[in-house]
Amino acid sequence: MSAPLLSVRKLRVEFATRKGPLVALDDVSFDIARGEVLGVVGESGAGKSLTGLAIMGLIDPPGRIVSGEILLDGERIDHLSEDRMRLIRGPRIAMIFQDPLTSLDPLFTVGDQLVETIRAHQPLSAQAARQKAIGLLGEVGIPAPEQRVDSWPHEFSGGMRQRVVIALAMCAEPELIVADEPTTALDVSVQAQIIRLLKRLARERGLSVMLVTHDMGVIAETADRVAVMYAGRVVETGPVREVVHAALHPYAQGLMAAIPTLETRAVRLAQIPGSMPRLAPRTRPYCAFHTRCDKRFEPCSSIAPPVTRMGGREVACWLHEPVPAGAAR
Amino acid sequence: MTAEPLIDTDITPRTDGTDERRGRFARLLDSDIMASFLASKLTVLAGFVTFAFLIIALFAPLIAPFNPFDPAQVFLIDARDPPIWMAGSDPRFLLGTDDQGRDMLSALFYGLRVSLLIGGLGVLLSALIGVTLGLIAGYAGGRIDALIMRIADIQLTFPAILIALLVDGVVHALLKSGGREDTAFGVMVLSIGLSFWVQYARTVRGSTLVERNKDYVHAARLIGLRSPQILWRHVLPNVLGPVLVIATINLALAVITEATLSFLGVGLPPTQPSLGTLIRIGNAYLFSGEWWIVAFPGITLAVLVIAVNMLGDWLRDALNPRLR
Amino acid sequence: MSEARTLVEVEGLRRTFDVSRPWLTRMLAREPQRFLKAVDGVSFDIKAGETFAIVGESGSGKSTVARMVVGLLEATAGKVTIDRFEIRAGADSVEARRVRRRIQMIFQDPFASLNPRWRVGDIIAEPIIAFGMPKPAGGRDDAPSPEATRRRVGELLGLVGLDPVDARKYPHQFSGGQRQRIAIARALAAGPDFIACDEPTSALDVSVQAQILNLMRDLQEQLGLTFLFISHNLSVVRHMATRVGVMYLGKLVEIGNAAELFARPRHPYTRMLLDSVPDLSMVGKDRTPVAGEIPSPIDPPKGCAFHPRCKFAVDICRIDVPPLIDGVACHLAQDGRLPDLSS
Repeated sequence: MSAPLLSVRKLRVEFATRKGPLVALDDVSFDIARGEVLGVVGESGAGKSLTGLAIMGLIDPPGRIVSGEILLDGERIDHLSEDRMRLIRGPRIAMIFQDPLTSLDPLFTVGDQLVETIRAHQPLSAQAARQKAIGLLGEVGIPAPEQRVDSWPHEFSGGMRQRVVIALAMCAEPELIVADEPTTALDVSVQAQIIRLLKRLARERGLSVMLVTHDMGVIAETADRVAVMYAGRVVETGPVREVVHAALHPYAQGLMAAIPTLETRAVRLAQIPGSMPRLAPRTRPYCAFHTRCDKRFEPCSSIAPPVTRMGGREVACWLHEPVPAGAAR
Repeated sequence: MTAEPLIDTDITPRTDGTDERRGRFARLLDSDIMASFLASKLTVLAGFVTFAFLIIALFAPLIAPFNPFDPAQVFLIDARDPPIWMAGSDPRFLLGTDDQGRDMLSALFYGLRVSLLIGGLGVLLSALIGVTLGLIAGYAGGRIDALIMRIADIQLTFPAILIALLVDGVVHALLKSGGREDTAFGVMVLSIGLSFWVQYARTVRGSTLVERNKDYVHAARLIGLRSPQILWRHVLPNVLGPVLVIATINLALAVITEATLSFLGVGLPPTQPSLGTLIRIGNAYLFSGEWWIVAFPGITLAVLVIAVNMLGDWLRDALNPRLR
Repeated sequence: MSEARTLVEVEGLRRTFDVSRPWLTRMLAREPQRFLKAVDGVSFDIKAGETFAIVGESGSGKSTVARMVVGLLEATAGKVTIDRFEIRAGADSVEARRVRRRIQMIFQDPFASLNPRWRVGDIIAEPIIAFGMPKPAGGRDDAPSPEATRRRVGELLGLVGLDPVDARKYPHQFSGGQRQRIAIARALAAGPDFIACDEPTSALDVSVQAQILNLMRDLQEQLGLTFLFISHNLSVVRHMATRVGVMYLGKLVEIGNAAELFARPRHPYTRMLLDSVPDLSMVGKDRTPVAGEIPSPIDPPKGCAFHPRCKFAVDICRIDVPPLIDGVACHLAQDGRLPDLSS
C-alpha cells in the first residue's frame, strides 16, 4: 500500500479551563489513503467533530493541539501559521458542515460564490470560472445547472443546498474532504442521494473523504474503513464490513447491537448501560469504557489499554492484548 | 460541543450531591460568574465603588456628620465655607458648605440616598411594568401583542423629561394643592418608571416568544396549568437574566434622568436635595468661585454612573454564554 | 392482544396554518392570503395497549398530528376522542381535566422539555400536584400531601432507572438520556394511559437510544400504556410499533399492521422510504436512491402528492387525489397494478 494521504499520529487536544486543562482528544491515530472514505463514528462528545476541526487547523482557544502530529502527504500541517494553513485549507483539504444553509452566503447567488472560490484558487477568467462552476453543479447532480447557477441559496431545497456546498468544496479540487455530519439535517430519501454522491466523487476523482457522523448506517453504506471513537480516543479502526459484523472492542460491539434494524422487531435492543463520561483533566489511567463494559477484568480499571494492530485492524482493549505482568492487583 | 466541561465523572457516574451540601455562598464563590467578576480588576473596582455608595446611601443618617434637613443644625452664618484644605475653611465641614450653610459631605450622603432611592424605585417600577407587559405580549401574541408593542413604540417617542412634566402636571391637577414638596418624590419615581419600561417589555417579549415554544411550557399546558400560572412559574424565571442586565444599566440611566430633571427644576426641591438638586444649587455659585458646591455632587454622580454602568456591562457579558 | 378496545379515535383531522405575510404588506403587494395544509384529513384508531407509529419525513405533518391529538394545538377540523370523550385544546371543564390527566406527551429535545430553573423533584411533582395522586380507576382526586408526593416522585425516578436522591438536582446535571428518563417520569406522574411520543430518541446517541426504547417498552408492558409514536426513523419505528401510519404532505398514504407493512409495503412512497434507510446490512452495496425531495406543503402537487417522484405514476395520479381505502392511498396499489416487491 502506498503512503497514506492523511496521517494523524498520537493527536492530543486540550481545552484550557479555569480549573485546569481538560483532555478532549487523547492519543488519536489513524490514516486515510487516497480515494478512501474513512468513517469516523462516535457519540456526541466523543471527539469526532473536534478531530475534523483539528485536521482543518480550526481549533480555536481555549482549545489547542498539545502534542501529536497531522501529516498531509508526509508533511506536517499542525502548528502551521494561519497564512500557510490557508494554502492547505480549501486547495488541499475542504470541509462540509451539517447545516448547508449556514455554509452558503444568502446575499450572493450560488454561481457568484462558486466563481469567487474557483478564481481564488485558479487563474481563470470569469467566463471560464463560470463554465467550471456549471460543470461542478452538474457533477454534484443539480439538474439544469446552466439555469440554476444564477439562483440564490434560498431557492434550493435542503438536499440541493448540500449538493451546492459539496460543489463549493470541490472548487479548488482538494485531495481530502472532511464531511462533518453531512446528511444529518436531511430527510432519509435525500440522505441516500448525498451518500451516493460522496461515494461517486471518491471513486471517480480519487478523492479521500473523512466522513464524521453518529449514524452507523450512513457509514456502513459509504465508508471503506471506520474509526470508532469513545471519550476522546479511537477504540477501534478497521474495514467497515469487519467492524460492523465482528467488532473487536466491546463498545463497538455494543454500538452495533444497539442499532435497531428494519429486518425484525427484536424483543429488546442490546443496550450499553450508563453514558459516556465527560472530559477528564488528564489521560485516564484506565479504560474510559470500563464502567459500562460487561467484559471488564483487572487491568481495565488500572491501566489504559494501548492500541494493538491485528491485521488491517487496530483496537484498544485489554481483551486483545497481553496484560503486562503486575497489572493484576 | 464541549459546553459543560465538567470534571471526569466516569468513576462515580452521577454526582453525589456534594454540590448541594456545600453552602450557597461557597458555590457562588466557585461559580463561573464569580470567576469572571474577579478576572477583571476594573469590574472589581466598579463593584466596590457601587457597593460603597449603596452602603453610604443606606446608612447616611448614621454616618453623616450633620443632618442637613434639620434646621436646628443649619446656620446661614456657615454658608459657602470652602473645603478644609482651603483658606477660610471651617474644620467642621470637610468639603465645605453650600449656600444655606449645610455641610457638603452630609448633603452629599443624603443626596446619594435620595438619588439612589428614586433611581432604584424607578427602575423597579419600570421593570415591573415592562416585564408584565412583555410577558403578556409575548405569550398572548396576536392583537394584544400588537397593541402593547405599538404603545411601546409611541412611548419611545417621548423623552423622560416630557413624561415627568406630564406626570407632574397631572398629579398637581389631581391633588389641587401647592405642596410640590410632598409629591415630588412620587412624581419622580413614577416618571422614571413610565419612561423606561419599554426596553424591558421588548426584551422580555422576545425571550417569552422563544420560551413559550419550548417543550417544558407545552408540558405545563398539558397538565392543564392556566396561562398566568405558566407565565409566573415557568416563563418568568427563564426570562429574568436579561432583565437583571437592563435593570443595572438602567439604574445609572435613572439616576442621571433624576439629576437632569432636578437640575432643570422639575425634580426634587432644595429642601430634600438629590445629587441633581445639589448640582443645580451649586451651578449658581460656580462663577463666583464657590466651585465645591457644584463639583462634589457632580463628581459623585459621575463616579456612581460610571461604576454602575461598568457593572452592567460586565453582567451582560457574563450572562451571555456566547461571549464567554 | 386479548384486549382490543379502541382507546383513541382520530377522525378527519385537519390543520391549516396561515402563512400569509402581514396584512399591510399583503395589501400593498396585492397578494392573496396563503395557507399551509399541515394536516389534511387524517383518521386512525389506536387500540388500548398498542403502539401506533406515524412515520414521515420533515413537512409530512406528523408532529402536528401528535400535538392535536394531545390537545396542545387546536384542530381546524375533525376530532380526537379518548374512550369517546372528546379532547379539545384549551377546554377547562371538570370533564376536560379528567380526560387530560389520561394523556401525556414525551418530547424530542430533553434539553428544552425540562424547565432549567426547577429541581427534578419539582418537575416530576408538578402533574401530581395539578391532578392529584393517580388512583385505581374511578378514584377521586384529592390534594396529595407533600410527603406522599415526595414518595411518589421517588418511586417514579426508580421506575425510570434513576435514583430517588436525583430529585434534588437540576436538569443540567444530567446527560441527555437521563433527562429523557426524567421527562418520562413526569409523563407517568399523573398515571396516564395514553402517551404521545414525538421523536423521543432522535436527539439521543445510539447506545442511549436503545436504553430509552427498551425502557419505554418495559413501561408499556408494566403499566399497560398506549403509545402514539412519532418518528422519522424507520428502524426505530420497526422496533417499537405494532401498527404504523405513513404520512406524506399532510396525508396518511398507508396504514397497517407493522409486521405486514414493513414486509410488504404497498404504497410507492413507503417502498421508497424503506429503500433509502441506511442500514448495517448494506455494507459495500450500492443502491439507486429515489430522485427528488418533498415538495413545499404550501403549494402541493395536484392529484396524488407523491406523483412527481413516483416512477409508476400514470395520468389519473396527476388528476385525482387517491382516497385511503383498505389501508393504502394509491390508485395503482388499490387496483393491484403495482409490480410486486420481489420484481
